[in-house]
Amino acid sequence: MTTTQMHGIATTEKLGSRRRRPIDKGTSALAVAAMSVLAFLYVPIATLMVFSFNDNPVTRLPLTGFTLDWYHKALTNPDLMTALWNSVIVGLAAVAICLAIGIPTAFALDRYDFPGKTAFRRLVILPITLPGLITGVSMLVFFRAAGVDLSLWTVIVGHGTALTAIVVTNVFARLQRFDRRIEEASADLGAKPWQTFLFVTLPNIKSALIGSSLIAFTLSFDEIPVTFFLTGRDNTLPMYIWSVIRRGITPEINAIGTIIVAVSIVLILVSVFMMYQENQKGSTR
Amino acid sequence: MAHPAGFGAERMADILRLDHVTKTFRGGVVAVDDISLDIREGEFLTMLGPSGCGKTTTLRMIGGFEYPDSGSILLDGQDVTDAPPYQRPVNMMFQDFALFPHMTVAANIGYGLKIAGTPRAETESRVREALDMIELPGMADRLPSQLSNGQRQRVALARALMRHPRILLLDEPMSALDAKLKEAMQVELKHIHDRIGITFIMVTHDQTESMIMSDRIIVMRNGRIEQIGSPTELYDRPASAYVADFLGTSNMVPVTVHRTGEEVVARAGDASFRIARAGSVVADGATMTMFIRPEKIRLGANGGDGNVFSGAVREVFFSGNAVRIDLDIGAGQIVMVHHQLDTALGDAGLPAAGDTVTCSVKPETISLFDSADAAAVAAVGGAA
Repeated sequence: MTTTQMHGIATTEKLGSRRRRPIDKGTSALAVAAMSVLAFLYVPIATLMVFSFNDNPVTRLPLTGFTLDWYHKALTNPDLMTALWNSVIVGLAAVAICLAIGIPTAFALDRYDFPGKTAFRRLVILPITLPGLITGVSMLVFFRAAGVDLSLWTVIVGHGTALTAIVVTNVFARLQRFDRRIEEASADLGAKPWQTFLFVTLPNIKSALIGSSLIAFTLSFDEIPVTFFLTGRDNTLPMYIWSVIRRGITPEINAIGTIIVAVSIVLILVSVFMMYQENQKGSTR
Repeated sequence: MAHPAGFGAERMADILRLDHVTKTFRGGVVAVDDISLDIREGEFLTMLGPSGCGKTTTLRMIGGFEYPDSGSILLDGQDVTDAPPYQRPVNMMFQDFALFPHMTVAANIGYGLKIAGTPRAETESRVREALDMIELPGMADRLPSQLSNGQRQRVALARALMRHPRILLLDEPMSALDAKLKEAMQVELKHIHDRIGITFIMVTHDQTESMIMSDRIIVMRNGRIEQIGSPTELYDRPASAYVADFLGTSNMVPVTVHRTGEEVVARAGDASFRIARAGSVVADGATMTMFIRPEKIRLGANGGDGNVFSGAVREVFFSGNAVRIDLDIGAGQIVMVHHQLDTALGDAGLPAAGDTVTCSVKPETISLFDSADAAAVAAVGGAA
């Protein structure tokens, strides 16, 4: 800690003594610009969080008092909780599909040459660039034609379709940087292919798997267009919030929103930490 | 394999046989072209050659990382041609070491034992022994990224030896090390080889390294074996201009050959050289390339011992322990002479540029090569 501080001071002094004056105006302008960007990005979220603790049932200024009531109400609202769990289930199942399809696809693209490989790669990645509207409508038509009843399962398949490309691109990018000789070293030391995959390959692509899973889960979690077309009677959280908000914004929604933001931040920190560790290990390559 | 058991038992037994092995890569590049080779138990064998000569591909086929298109590989008499790496009692020390970046030093070294199902306690104690052997006892919990290149090399060596392989393969083991460390490791690796008695097969493009470390050297060229032999055989009796050029420095002098019965004399400029080992194919009047190592030429007539010739000194280069003297032996033909200094340069009584000096060289140190081949080698050498 002390060394970091000392280092920081030393740097400032060195810079300051040489070019304090010319930098002053520029620095404050830069600071204002940076703050504006941050405000643009985060004031709405901060507003949501602040109002989730405000005891006025109407979301408007001035703030009238602190309460945790809205959290209690949100967490005891059966419709909202059902929608939340539906979203979690859909997200997890969609991620499972993405991984099950995405990992083998990424390996195939990285390690094998086959006719039509380039076309295959483009087609696999295409769904992520398609508007959700197109994916939703086309899958609705498909399920109808196939005589499949709409349910959370159709939503899961829809999300899996749209998001597999995220896993494919991330894992493929990681494999491209991956030193294949450590797999050869593993085989050389007696490991059968499955052991090499488990002990050597998987740990080295772990960050790509976790990172892309988190992204896929997040995108699934707040997905509306595909869900809108493919769900049956079940609601996911964004669908529920949307339906409630049509009758006016309630502080309960602010509360559940705040919880989701908090969980997201934790997940992001976890993934950043894991990526950092991976970089430390791989820094020689 | 054709020999009955016990035949030629006084010779070291062969551990590995390559039998007409050929490997062609996609695009029709023939990396290894019909190589046959017997490798003796316990020897330190080096495959030497420039990049693209097929040495690494041959090593990788022995390790099981590539499979031959035709031919077979026999290890202890067993056909392992198509066996995957994990079924061969052969281990490899990879170029740049290929340590597992996510595992500690101890986990890297113990990996082969863990895979083999060795009990944890035994693995731990053997890893500790190995760490002591490579003189890195306190490094067990470090990650490879926290080690120096020299330390990584030791870890890679320990990891490859943990399973007591029949053969250790070394792919350019010194390429990541700086010059000082390289020299020290060459000696150390040779000592380790002598101590543990395992067969070592090394690939390198460094001729000095190959001569220092090896019992036998295979010089490879365009996927084929150019010559096999001990370092001294290859250095003193190169079979071709290619081998002569690859190992050490040499004079390659265009000559006209004069043959009378068994006596063969090569003429270049104003000098003529008796050749002791000309071979019967050398025809009278042929134009050939004469090979002489620069350090085999002595200043002075040496009592008429050998070929005596004279030339005008063009330039003298000082390189610390020796001088190189460029002699013009007539018709603009330059011959390099390496003269080892056993005194200070000023006391050596060396000739200066413009002086005429007499030199001698023994007939048995001179070889004759086909001129076309020598020209091809010179062209490649000039490009590289």
